[in-house]
Amino acid sequence: MRAVERNESVIWRRRAPKAELVRFAGWFALATLTVFCFQVMTRDTVWSFLLDAHIQAADLGSRMFPPNWGYIDKLWWPLWETLNIATLGTFLAILFGVPVAFLAARNTTPSTTFVRPVAMFFIVASRSINSIIWALVLVSIIGPGALAGIIAIALRSIGFIGKLLYEAIEEIDTAQVEAIRATGASRAQVLVYGIWPQVRPAFAGISVFRWDINIRESTVLGLVGGGGIGLQLQASLNVLAWPQVTLIFLVILLTVVISEWVSAKVRHAYI
Amino acid sequence: MSSHGTTLRLRALSKRYRTGDLALDRVDLDVPAGQVMALIGPSGAGKSTLIRCVNRLVEPTSGSIVLGSTDITGLTPRGLRRARQRMGMIFQEYALVERLTVMENVLSGQLGSVGFWRSYFRRFPEATVRQAFAMLERVGLSDHIDKRADALSGGQRQRVGIARALVQNPEILLVDEPTASLDPKTSRQIMRLVCELCAEHGLAAVINIHDVQLAQLFVQRIVGLRAGRVVFDGPPGELNADVLTEIYGEEDWTASLGGKQAASSAQAALEVEEERLAGLT
Repeated sequence: MRAVERNESVIWRRRAPKAELVRFAGWFALATLTVFCFQVMTRDTVWSFLLDAHIQAADLGSRMFPPNWGYIDKLWWPLWETLNIATLGTFLAILFGVPVAFLAARNTTPSTTFVRPVAMFFIVASRSINSIIWALVLVSIIGPGALAGIIAIALRSIGFIGKLLYEAIEEIDTAQVEAIRATGASRAQVLVYGIWPQVRPAFAGISVFRWDINIRESTVLGLVGGGGIGLQLQASLNVLAWPQVTLIFLVILLTVVISEWVSAKVRHAYI
Repeated sequence: MSSHGTTLRLRALSKRYRTGDLALDRVDLDVPAGQVMALIGPSGAGKSTLIRCVNRLVEPTSGSIVLGSTDITGLTPRGLRRARQRMGMIFQEYALVERLTVMENVLSGQLGSVGFWRSYFRRFPEATVRQAFAMLERVGLSDHIDKRADALSGGQRQRVGIARALVQNPEILLVDEPTASLDPKTSRQIMRLVCELCAEHGLAAVINIHDVQLAQLFVQRIVGLRAGRVVFDGPPGELNADVLTEIYGEEDWTASLGGKQAASSAQAALEVEEERLAGLT
Protein backbone atom coordinates (compact mmCIF):
# COMPACT_ATOMS: atom_id res chain seq x y z
CA MET A 1 0.00 0.00 0.00
CA ARG A 2 2.21 2.75 -1.27
CA ALA A 3 -0.25 5.24 -2.61
CA VAL A 4 -2.34 6.91 0.11
CA GLU A 5 -5.40 8.99 -0.53
CA ARG A 6 -5.61 12.04 1.66
CA ASN A 7 -7.85 15.06 1.23
CA GLU A 8 -8.82 13.87 -2.24
CA SER A 9 -5.24 13.95 -3.45
CA VAL A 10 -3.07 10.89 -3.89
CA ILE A 11 0.16 10.85 -1.93
CA TRP A 12 2.91 8.47 -2.97
CA ARG A 13 5.56 7.27 -0.59
CA ARG A 14 8.45 4.96 -1.35
CA ARG A 15 7.48 2.67 1.51
CA ALA A 16 4.40 1.99 3.59
CA PRO A 17 4.52 3.60 7.10
CA LYS A 18 5.02 0.24 8.78
CA ALA A 19 7.99 -0.68 6.53
CA GLU A 20 9.45 2.75 7.23
CA LEU A 21 9.27 2.09 11.00
CA VAL A 22 10.92 -1.33 10.63
CA ARG A 23 13.77 0.17 8.65
CA PHE A 24 14.30 2.90 11.23
CA ALA A 25 14.38 0.30 14.00
CA GLY A 26 16.98 -1.65 12.04
CA TRP A 27 19.30 1.33 11.61
CA PHE A 28 18.84 2.30 15.27
CA ALA A 29 19.82 -1.21 16.39
CA LEU A 30 22.92 -1.07 14.19
CA ALA A 31 24.00 2.27 15.67
CA THR A 32 23.47 0.94 19.22
CA LEU A 33 25.53 -2.15 18.42
CA THR A 34 28.36 0.00 17.06
CA VAL A 35 28.52 2.08 20.24
CA PHE A 36 28.46 -1.06 22.39
CA CYS A 37 31.21 -2.73 20.37
CA PHE A 38 33.41 0.33 20.61
CA GLN A 39 33.13 0.18 24.39
CA VAL A 40 34.08 -3.52 24.48
CA MET A 41 36.96 -2.87 22.12
CA THR A 42 38.50 -0.06 24.12
CA ARG A 43 37.90 -1.50 27.62
CA ASP A 44 41.56 -2.51 28.04
CA THR A 45 43.08 0.44 26.26
CA VAL A 46 45.40 2.51 28.42
CA TRP A 47 44.64 5.98 27.16
CA SER A 48 47.79 7.49 28.62
CA PHE A 49 49.79 5.36 26.19
CA LEU A 50 47.77 6.74 23.33
CA LEU A 51 48.43 10.29 24.45
CA ASP A 52 52.10 10.17 23.55
CA ALA A 53 51.61 7.95 20.48
CA HIS A 54 52.64 10.77 18.16
CA ILE A 55 55.87 11.20 20.09
CA GLN A 56 56.62 7.49 19.84
CA ALA A 57 55.84 7.53 16.12
CA ALA A 58 58.10 10.53 15.55
CA ASP A 59 60.85 8.83 17.54
CA LEU A 60 60.60 5.64 15.46
CA GLY A 61 60.48 7.73 12.31
CA SER A 62 63.67 9.55 13.25
CA ARG A 63 65.42 6.23 13.83
CA MET A 64 64.19 4.90 10.43
CA PHE A 65 65.56 7.83 8.44
CA PRO A 66 67.60 8.16 6.42
CA PRO A 67 67.39 4.68 4.84
CA ASN A 68 70.60 2.65 4.83
CA TRP A 69 71.25 2.82 1.07
CA GLY A 70 74.41 0.74 1.30
CA TYR A 71 72.33 -2.23 2.46
CA ILE A 72 70.89 -2.54 -1.08
CA ASP A 73 73.83 -4.77 -2.11
CA LYS A 74 72.56 -7.43 0.28
CA LEU A 75 68.98 -7.12 -1.05
CA TRP A 76 69.40 -7.86 -4.77
CA TRP A 77 69.59 -11.61 -4.36
CA PRO A 78 66.66 -11.93 -1.87
CA LEU A 79 64.61 -9.63 -4.11
CA TRP A 80 65.33 -11.85 -7.12
CA GLU A 81 64.37 -14.88 -5.04
CA THR A 82 61.12 -13.19 -4.00
CA LEU A 83 60.18 -12.52 -7.62
CA ASN A 84 60.99 -16.11 -8.52
CA ILE A 85 58.91 -17.49 -5.66
CA ALA A 86 55.93 -15.41 -6.79
CA THR A 87 56.32 -16.24 -10.49
CA LEU A 88 57.02 -19.96 -10.16
CA GLY A 89 54.30 -20.28 -7.52
CA THR A 90 51.85 -18.62 -9.90
CA PHE A 91 52.85 -20.93 -12.78
CA LEU A 92 52.38 -23.96 -10.56
CA ALA A 93 48.98 -22.65 -9.47
CA ILE A 94 47.91 -22.10 -13.10
CA LEU A 95 49.00 -25.64 -13.96
CA PHE A 96 46.68 -27.10 -11.33
CA GLY A 97 44.07 -24.33 -11.02
CA VAL A 98 42.92 -24.36 -14.67
CA PRO A 99 41.95 -28.05 -14.74
CA VAL A 100 40.29 -27.67 -11.35
CA ALA A 101 38.28 -24.72 -12.72
CA PHE A 102 37.03 -26.75 -15.69
CA LEU A 103 36.10 -29.60 -13.35
CA ALA A 104 34.23 -27.17 -11.07
CA ALA A 105 32.32 -25.18 -13.69
CA ARG A 106 28.76 -26.45 -14.01
CA ASN A 107 28.85 -26.40 -17.82
CA THR A 108 32.17 -28.22 -18.30
CA THR A 109 32.40 -30.64 -15.37
CA PRO A 110 32.07 -34.32 -16.30
CA SER A 111 29.75 -34.89 -13.35
CA THR A 112 27.89 -32.40 -11.18
CA THR A 113 27.19 -34.96 -8.47
CA PHE A 114 30.68 -36.34 -7.95
CA VAL A 115 33.51 -34.45 -9.67
CA ARG A 116 32.19 -30.93 -9.10
CA PRO A 117 31.95 -31.20 -5.27
CA VAL A 118 35.49 -32.61 -5.14
CA ALA A 119 36.83 -29.74 -7.26
CA MET A 120 34.91 -27.25 -5.13
CA PHE A 121 36.41 -28.78 -2.00
CA PHE A 122 39.93 -28.28 -3.35
CA ILE A 123 39.12 -24.68 -4.21
CA VAL A 124 37.65 -23.90 -0.79
CA ALA A 125 40.43 -25.74 1.09
CA SER A 126 43.10 -23.87 -0.84
CA ARG A 127 41.44 -20.49 -0.37
CA SER A 128 40.69 -20.87 3.32
CA ILE A 129 44.37 -21.01 4.33
CA ASN A 130 46.65 -18.00 3.91
CA SER A 131 49.99 -18.45 2.13
CA ILE A 132 51.93 -17.63 5.28
CA ILE A 133 50.16 -20.44 7.14
CA TRP A 134 50.82 -22.81 4.21
CA ALA A 135 54.49 -21.71 4.40
CA LEU A 136 54.63 -22.40 8.16
CA VAL A 137 53.32 -25.91 7.58
CA LEU A 138 55.58 -26.55 4.58
CA VAL A 139 58.73 -25.26 6.28
CA SER A 140 58.25 -27.87 8.97
CA ILE A 141 57.66 -30.58 6.33
CA ILE A 142 60.27 -29.85 3.65
CA GLY A 143 62.51 -27.46 5.53
CA PRO A 144 63.10 -23.72 5.11
CA GLY A 145 63.94 -22.11 1.78
CA ALA A 146 62.47 -20.93 -1.50
CA LEU A 147 60.87 -24.28 -2.39
CA ALA A 148 58.57 -24.11 0.63
CA GLY A 149 57.67 -20.56 -0.40
CA ILE A 150 56.90 -21.54 -3.99
CA ILE A 151 54.62 -24.39 -2.94
CA ALA A 152 52.93 -22.23 -0.29
CA ILE A 153 52.18 -19.55 -2.91
CA ALA A 154 50.92 -22.19 -5.34
CA LEU A 155 48.66 -23.91 -2.80
CA ARG A 156 46.99 -20.64 -1.88
CA SER A 157 46.65 -19.51 -5.53
CA ILE A 158 45.08 -22.70 -6.92
CA GLY A 159 41.83 -21.88 -5.15
CA PHE A 160 41.90 -18.24 -6.20
CA ILE A 161 42.52 -19.02 -9.87
CA GLY A 162 40.15 -21.98 -9.78
CA LYS A 163 37.29 -19.99 -8.29
CA LEU A 164 37.53 -16.90 -10.51
CA LEU A 165 38.13 -18.97 -13.64
CA TYR A 166 35.25 -21.37 -13.07
CA GLU A 167 32.93 -18.41 -12.57
CA ALA A 168 34.14 -17.00 -15.90
CA ILE A 169 33.60 -20.38 -17.57
CA GLU A 170 30.03 -20.55 -16.29
CA GLU A 171 29.26 -17.15 -17.82
CA ILE A 172 30.27 -17.93 -21.41
CA ASP A 173 27.92 -17.58 -24.38
CA THR A 174 26.42 -21.02 -24.98
CA ALA A 175 25.49 -20.27 -28.61
CA GLN A 176 29.15 -20.25 -29.65
CA VAL A 177 29.70 -23.58 -27.89
CA GLU A 178 26.60 -25.02 -29.54
CA ALA A 179 27.82 -23.93 -32.96
CA ILE A 180 31.09 -25.80 -32.50
CA ARG A 181 29.27 -28.88 -31.19
CA ALA A 182 27.02 -28.77 -34.25
CA THR A 183 30.02 -29.18 -36.56
CA GLY A 184 30.69 -32.65 -35.12
CA ALA A 185 33.63 -31.56 -32.98
CA SER A 186 34.80 -33.75 -30.10
CA ARG A 187 34.56 -32.61 -26.46
CA ALA A 188 38.22 -31.61 -26.43
CA GLN A 189 37.78 -29.61 -29.63
CA VAL A 190 34.68 -27.88 -28.26
CA LEU A 191 36.81 -26.90 -25.25
CA VAL A 192 39.60 -25.46 -27.41
CA TYR A 193 37.44 -23.78 -30.07
CA GLY A 194 34.19 -22.92 -28.33
CA ILE A 195 35.07 -22.31 -24.69
CA TRP A 196 38.75 -21.37 -24.37
CA PRO A 197 38.64 -18.32 -26.70
CA GLN A 198 35.81 -16.96 -24.56
CA VAL A 199 37.58 -17.35 -21.21
CA ARG A 200 41.10 -16.46 -22.38
CA PRO A 201 40.85 -12.76 -21.46
CA ALA A 202 39.52 -13.67 -18.01
CA PHE A 203 42.31 -16.22 -17.66
CA ALA A 204 45.00 -13.66 -18.53
CA GLY A 205 43.49 -11.09 -16.16
CA ILE A 206 43.14 -13.55 -13.27
CA SER A 207 46.68 -14.93 -13.73
CA VAL A 208 48.49 -11.59 -13.73
CA PHE A 209 46.28 -10.33 -10.92
CA ARG A 210 47.26 -13.34 -8.82
CA TRP A 211 50.93 -12.92 -9.79
CA ASP A 212 50.67 -9.33 -8.61
CA ILE A 213 49.17 -10.44 -5.26
CA ASN A 214 51.78 -13.20 -4.97
CA ILE A 215 54.65 -10.72 -5.23
CA ARG A 216 53.27 -8.91 -2.20
CA GLU A 217 52.65 -12.16 -0.32
CA SER A 218 56.08 -13.60 -1.10
CA THR A 219 57.75 -10.58 0.53
CA VAL A 220 56.60 -11.77 3.95
CA LEU A 221 57.08 -15.52 3.51
CA GLY A 222 60.68 -15.11 4.74
CA LEU A 223 59.32 -14.22 8.18
CA VAL A 224 58.46 -17.90 8.68
CA GLY A 225 61.42 -19.30 6.72
CA GLY A 226 59.85 -19.44 3.26
CA GLY A 227 62.72 -17.65 1.54
CA GLY A 228 62.92 -14.27 -0.16
CA ILE A 229 63.29 -10.72 1.08
CA GLY A 230 61.21 -11.43 4.20
CA LEU A 231 64.26 -13.17 5.70
CA GLN A 232 66.24 -9.91 5.54
CA LEU A 233 63.27 -8.03 6.96
CA GLN A 234 63.09 -10.34 9.95
CA ALA A 235 66.86 -10.19 10.52
CA SER A 236 66.79 -6.38 10.40
CA LEU A 237 63.80 -6.17 12.74
CA ASN A 238 65.46 -8.52 15.23
CA VAL A 239 68.52 -6.29 15.57
CA LEU A 240 66.42 -3.09 15.47
CA ALA A 241 68.26 -1.95 12.33
CA TRP A 242 65.52 0.52 11.39
CA PRO A 243 67.32 2.22 8.48
CA GLN A 244 67.63 -1.22 6.82
CA VAL A 245 63.92 -1.89 7.41
CA THR A 246 63.11 1.40 5.70
CA LEU A 247 65.15 0.42 2.66
CA ILE A 248 63.40 -2.98 2.49
CA PHE A 249 60.04 -1.21 2.63
CA LEU A 250 61.06 1.07 -0.21
CA VAL A 251 62.29 -1.85 -2.33
CA ILE A 252 59.05 -3.77 -1.76
CA LEU A 253 57.01 -0.68 -2.60
CA LEU A 254 58.88 -0.18 -5.85
CA THR A 255 58.54 -3.86 -6.82
CA VAL A 256 54.80 -3.83 -6.19
CA VAL A 257 54.37 -0.64 -8.22
CA ILE A 258 56.21 -2.22 -11.15
CA SER A 259 54.26 -5.49 -10.93
CA GLU A 260 51.03 -3.52 -10.78
CA TRP A 261 52.05 -1.70 -13.97
CA VAL A 262 52.95 -4.94 -15.74
CA SER A 263 49.68 -6.64 -14.82
CA ALA A 264 47.67 -3.61 -15.97
CA LYS A 265 49.49 -3.76 -19.34
CA VAL A 266 48.85 -7.48 -19.75
CA ARG A 267 45.17 -7.15 -18.87
CA HIS A 268 44.79 -4.31 -21.33
CA ALA A 269 46.46 -6.29 -24.11
CA TYR A 270 44.11 -9.26 -23.71
CA ILE A 271 40.68 -7.63 -23.78
CA MET B 1 24.45 -35.91 -55.07
CA SER B 2 21.33 -36.94 -56.92
CA SER B 3 18.20 -34.87 -56.62
CA HIS B 4 16.14 -38.00 -56.01
CA GLY B 5 15.46 -39.71 -52.73
CA THR B 6 14.87 -38.30 -49.31
CA THR B 7 17.56 -36.52 -47.34
CA LEU B 8 15.72 -36.13 -44.07
CA ARG B 9 12.82 -38.16 -42.73
CA LEU B 10 11.09 -37.38 -39.43
CA ARG B 11 8.56 -39.83 -38.02
CA ALA B 12 6.32 -39.10 -35.01
CA LEU B 13 8.98 -36.78 -33.63
CA SER B 14 8.02 -35.46 -30.20
CA LYS B 15 9.86 -33.33 -27.70
CA ARG B 16 8.65 -32.61 -24.20
CA TYR B 17 10.89 -30.31 -22.16
CA ARG B 18 11.54 -30.97 -18.51
CA THR B 19 9.26 -28.04 -17.71
CA GLY B 20 6.41 -30.10 -19.18
CA ASP B 21 6.01 -28.05 -22.36
CA LEU B 22 5.26 -30.17 -25.39
CA ALA B 23 7.34 -28.43 -28.07
CA LEU B 24 6.87 -31.01 -30.83
CA ASP B 25 3.83 -33.26 -31.09
CA ARG B 26 4.33 -36.33 -33.36
CA VAL B 27 5.73 -34.44 -36.33
CA ASP B 28 6.06 -36.32 -39.63
CA LEU B 29 8.15 -34.61 -42.27
CA ASP B 30 10.13 -35.59 -45.35
CA VAL B 31 12.67 -33.32 -46.96
CA PRO B 32 13.67 -34.55 -50.43
CA ALA B 33 17.25 -34.14 -51.59
CA GLY B 34 17.97 -30.64 -52.87
CA GLN B 35 14.76 -29.12 -51.56
CA VAL B 36 14.85 -25.78 -49.76
CA MET B 37 12.06 -25.71 -47.25
CA ALA B 38 10.92 -22.92 -44.96
CA LEU B 39 9.49 -23.63 -41.54
CA ILE B 40 7.17 -20.86 -40.38
CA GLY B 41 5.10 -20.44 -37.26
CA PRO B 42 4.66 -18.22 -34.21
CA SER B 43 7.32 -17.95 -31.51
CA GLY B 44 7.18 -21.05 -29.35
CA ALA B 45 5.66 -23.22 -32.09
CA GLY B 46 8.66 -25.55 -31.95
CA LYS B 47 10.60 -24.43 -35.04
CA SER B 48 13.93 -24.14 -33.25
CA THR B 49 13.30 -27.32 -31.30
CA LEU B 50 12.64 -29.22 -34.54
CA ILE B 51 15.89 -28.07 -36.12
CA ARG B 52 17.88 -28.76 -32.96
CA CYS B 53 16.41 -32.24 -32.62
CA VAL B 54 17.75 -33.10 -36.06
CA ASN B 55 21.38 -32.65 -34.98
CA ARG B 56 20.50 -33.51 -31.39
CA LEU B 57 21.58 -30.29 -29.80
CA VAL B 58 18.19 -30.98 -28.21
CA GLU B 59 17.44 -34.62 -27.37
CA PRO B 60 14.10 -35.71 -28.85
CA THR B 61 11.71 -37.46 -26.46
CA SER B 62 10.36 -39.97 -28.98
CA GLY B 63 10.08 -40.64 -32.67
CA SER B 64 12.74 -41.16 -35.30
CA ILE B 65 15.02 -38.97 -37.40
CA VAL B 66 16.67 -40.51 -40.43
CA LEU B 67 19.34 -38.67 -42.43
CA GLY B 68 20.02 -40.48 -45.69
CA SER B 69 20.04 -44.00 -44.30
CA THR B 70 21.34 -43.16 -40.81
CA ASP B 71 19.00 -43.25 -37.85
CA ILE B 72 20.14 -40.21 -35.88
CA THR B 73 18.23 -41.02 -32.69
CA GLY B 74 20.08 -44.26 -31.92
CA LEU B 75 23.66 -43.11 -32.44
CA THR B 76 26.63 -43.48 -30.13
CA PRO B 77 28.46 -40.23 -29.27
CA ARG B 78 31.07 -40.98 -31.95
CA GLY B 79 28.39 -41.83 -34.51
CA LEU B 80 26.51 -38.64 -33.63
CA ARG B 81 29.62 -36.55 -34.23
CA ARG B 82 30.02 -38.17 -37.64
CA ALA B 83 26.35 -37.52 -38.44
CA ARG B 84 26.66 -33.88 -37.34
CA GLN B 85 29.41 -33.41 -39.93
CA ARG B 86 26.79 -34.17 -42.56
CA MET B 87 24.52 -31.36 -41.32
CA GLY B 88 25.57 -27.73 -41.56
CA MET B 89 23.90 -25.36 -39.10
CA ILE B 90 23.42 -21.62 -39.46
CA PHE B 91 22.30 -19.62 -36.43
CA GLN B 92 20.15 -16.62 -35.63
CA GLU B 93 22.78 -14.57 -33.82
CA TYR B 94 25.49 -16.01 -36.08
CA ALA B 95 27.05 -17.93 -33.15
CA LEU B 96 30.56 -17.27 -34.39
CA VAL B 97 33.37 -17.68 -31.90
CA GLU B 98 33.82 -13.96 -31.42
CA ARG B 99 37.49 -13.95 -30.47
CA LEU B 100 38.65 -16.20 -33.28
CA THR B 101 39.43 -14.90 -36.75
CA VAL B 102 37.15 -15.29 -39.74
CA MET B 103 39.39 -18.03 -41.12
CA GLU B 104 39.48 -19.94 -37.82
CA ASN B 105 35.69 -19.76 -37.65
CA VAL B 106 35.31 -21.12 -41.17
CA LEU B 107 37.87 -23.88 -40.59
CA SER B 108 36.05 -24.91 -37.42
CA GLY B 109 33.43 -26.37 -39.77
CA GLN B 110 35.92 -29.17 -40.44
CA LEU B 111 36.67 -29.98 -36.79
CA GLY B 112 34.80 -33.26 -37.05
CA SER B 113 37.26 -34.66 -39.58
CA VAL B 114 40.49 -33.31 -38.08
CA GLY B 115 42.30 -34.76 -35.08
CA PHE B 116 42.59 -32.86 -31.81
CA TRP B 117 46.24 -31.78 -32.01
CA ARG B 118 46.01 -30.77 -35.66
CA SER B 119 43.02 -28.58 -34.84
CA TYR B 120 44.73 -27.26 -31.68
CA PHE B 121 47.74 -26.06 -33.69
CA ARG B 122 45.48 -24.93 -36.55
CA ARG B 123 47.24 -27.36 -38.94
CA PHE B 124 44.26 -28.11 -41.14
CA PRO B 125 44.73 -30.24 -44.28
CA GLU B 126 45.68 -28.24 -47.35
CA ALA B 127 42.49 -29.22 -49.19
CA THR B 128 40.37 -27.90 -46.30
CA VAL B 129 42.25 -24.61 -46.23
CA ARG B 130 41.89 -24.24 -49.99
CA GLN B 131 38.18 -24.94 -49.71
CA ALA B 132 37.85 -22.38 -46.92
CA PHE B 133 39.54 -19.73 -49.07
CA ALA B 134 37.24 -20.55 -51.98
CA MET B 135 34.17 -20.43 -49.76
CA LEU B 136 35.17 -17.08 -48.27
CA GLU B 137 35.59 -15.72 -51.77
CA ARG B 138 32.19 -17.13 -52.76
CA VAL B 139 30.45 -15.33 -49.86
CA GLY B 140 32.40 -12.14 -50.56
CA LEU B 141 34.70 -11.99 -47.54
CA SER B 142 38.12 -12.39 -49.13
CA ASP B 143 39.26 -9.07 -47.65
CA HIS B 144 38.36 -9.99 -44.08
CA ILE B 145 40.07 -13.36 -43.63
CA ASP B 146 42.32 -12.38 -40.72
CA LYS B 147 39.87 -10.10 -38.94
CA ARG B 148 38.38 -11.19 -35.66
CA ALA B 149 34.75 -12.21 -36.00
CA ASP B 150 33.60 -9.51 -33.58
CA ALA B 151 35.01 -6.83 -35.88
CA LEU B 152 32.49 -7.62 -38.63
CA SER B 153 29.00 -6.26 -39.33
CA GLY B 154 25.89 -8.42 -38.94
CA GLY B 155 25.62 -9.35 -42.60
CA GLN B 156 29.31 -10.18 -42.81
CA ARG B 157 29.09 -12.34 -39.69
CA GLN B 158 26.22 -14.30 -41.12
CA ARG B 159 28.28 -14.87 -44.27
CA VAL B 160 31.02 -16.34 -42.09
CA GLY B 161 28.38 -18.55 -40.47
CA ILE B 162 27.26 -19.71 -43.92
CA ALA B 163 30.83 -20.41 -45.01
CA ARG B 164 31.45 -22.41 -41.81
CA ALA B 165 28.38 -24.56 -42.47
CA LEU B 166 29.32 -25.18 -46.11
CA VAL B 167 32.95 -26.07 -45.42
CA GLN B 168 31.50 -29.13 -43.66
CA ASN B 169 30.40 -30.43 -47.11
CA PRO B 170 27.00 -31.21 -45.61
CA GLU B 171 24.04 -33.00 -47.13
CA ILE B 172 21.55 -30.68 -45.50
CA LEU B 173 21.57 -27.18 -44.02
CA LEU B 174 19.73 -26.49 -40.79
CA VAL B 175 19.09 -22.78 -40.72
CA ASP B 176 17.67 -21.16 -37.58
CA GLU B 177 16.24 -17.67 -38.16
CA PRO B 178 19.10 -16.53 -40.42
CA THR B 179 17.75 -13.01 -40.88
CA ALA B 180 16.20 -12.20 -37.51
CA SER B 181 19.02 -9.82 -36.53
CA LEU B 182 19.53 -8.23 -39.95
CA ASP B 183 18.07 -5.24 -41.78
CA PRO B 184 15.61 -5.88 -44.65
CA LYS B 185 18.13 -5.51 -47.45
CA THR B 186 20.80 -7.66 -45.81
CA SER B 187 18.10 -10.22 -44.96
CA ARG B 188 17.29 -10.61 -48.63
CA GLN B 189 20.95 -10.88 -49.60
CA ILE B 190 21.54 -13.55 -46.98
CA MET B 191 18.44 -15.55 -47.99
CA ARG B 192 19.43 -15.29 -51.63
CA LEU B 193 22.97 -16.45 -50.83
CA VAL B 194 21.75 -19.44 -48.80
CA CYS B 195 19.34 -20.51 -51.55
CA GLU B 196 21.92 -20.04 -54.31
CA LEU B 197 24.48 -22.11 -52.41
CA CYS B 198 21.91 -24.86 -51.85
CA ALA B 199 21.25 -24.94 -55.59
CA GLU B 200 24.98 -24.92 -56.42
CA HIS B 201 25.75 -27.82 -54.09
CA GLY B 202 22.49 -29.71 -54.47
CA LEU B 203 21.78 -29.23 -50.76
CA ALA B 204 18.52 -29.68 -48.95
CA ALA B 205 17.72 -27.01 -46.36
CA VAL B 206 15.30 -26.47 -43.51
CA ILE B 207 15.03 -22.74 -42.84
CA ASN B 208 13.23 -21.40 -39.76
CA ILE B 209 11.97 -17.97 -40.58
CA HIS B 210 9.61 -15.37 -39.17
CA ASP B 211 9.34 -13.29 -42.32
CA VAL B 212 6.64 -14.99 -44.38
CA GLN B 213 7.15 -12.74 -47.39
CA LEU B 214 10.86 -13.40 -47.49
CA ALA B 215 10.21 -17.14 -47.27
CA GLN B 216 7.74 -16.97 -50.16
CA LEU B 217 10.28 -15.18 -52.32
CA PHE B 218 13.01 -17.76 -52.02
CA VAL B 219 11.86 -21.26 -51.06
CA GLN B 220 10.15 -24.11 -52.89
CA ARG B 221 8.06 -25.37 -50.00
CA ILE B 222 6.59 -23.96 -46.84
CA VAL B 223 5.69 -25.90 -43.72
CA GLY B 224 3.60 -24.19 -41.05
CA LEU B 225 4.01 -25.23 -37.44
CA ARG B 226 1.63 -24.38 -34.64
CA ALA B 227 1.95 -25.65 -31.08
CA GLY B 228 4.32 -28.39 -32.19
CA ARG B 229 2.14 -29.70 -35.03
CA VAL B 230 2.36 -29.36 -38.80
CA VAL B 231 -0.74 -27.40 -39.85
CA PHE B 232 0.33 -26.46 -43.39
CA ASP B 233 2.57 -28.07 -45.97
CA GLY B 234 2.62 -26.79 -49.53
CA PRO B 235 4.15 -24.52 -52.15
CA PRO B 236 4.48 -20.79 -51.34
CA GLY B 237 1.67 -19.95 -53.76
CA GLU B 238 -0.89 -21.83 -51.66
CA LEU B 239 -0.32 -19.60 -48.66
CA ASN B 240 -3.43 -17.45 -48.13
CA ALA B 241 -5.11 -15.51 -45.33
CA ASP B 242 -6.93 -18.60 -44.07
CA VAL B 243 -3.72 -20.57 -43.85
CA LEU B 244 -1.88 -17.77 -42.05
CA THR B 245 -4.77 -17.50 -39.61
CA GLU B 246 -4.52 -21.26 -39.07
CA ILE B 247 -0.80 -20.94 -38.31
CA TYR B 248 -0.55 -17.67 -36.43
CA GLY B 249 -4.12 -16.81 -35.35
CA GLU B 250 -6.56 -14.09 -36.37
CA GLU B 251 -5.05 -11.01 -38.03
CA ASP B 252 -5.44 -8.90 -41.18
CA TRP B 253 -3.08 -10.73 -43.53
CA THR B 254 -3.63 -8.83 -46.79
CA ALA B 255 -0.41 -6.84 -46.53
CA SER B 256 1.88 -9.80 -45.91
CA LEU B 257 0.67 -12.14 -48.63
CA GLY B 258 3.06 -12.66 -51.48
CA GLY B 259 0.62 -12.09 -54.36
CA LYS B 260 1.77 -10.03 -57.32
CA GLN B 261 0.53 -6.81 -55.73
CA ALA B 262 2.10 -7.46 -52.35
CA ALA B 263 5.40 -8.50 -53.90
CA SER B 264 5.63 -5.37 -56.01
CA SER B 265 4.83 -3.16 -53.04
CA ALA B 266 7.58 -4.93 -51.12
CA GLN B 267 9.91 -4.23 -54.01
CA ALA B 268 8.86 -0.56 -53.91
CA ALA B 269 9.51 -0.46 -50.18
CA LEU B 270 12.95 -1.89 -50.75
CA GLU B 271 13.73 0.72 -53.38
CA VAL B 272 12.67 3.45 -50.97
CA GLU B 273 14.96 1.93 -48.39
CA GLU B 274 17.85 1.91 -50.86
CA GLU B 275 17.24 5.53 -51.75
CA ARG B 276 17.20 6.45 -48.08
CA LEU B 277 20.51 4.68 -47.55
CA ALA B 278 21.97 6.34 -50.62
CA GLY B 279 20.86 9.70 -49.28
CA LEU B 280 22.66 9.05 -46.03
CA THR B 281 26.02 8.38 -47.60
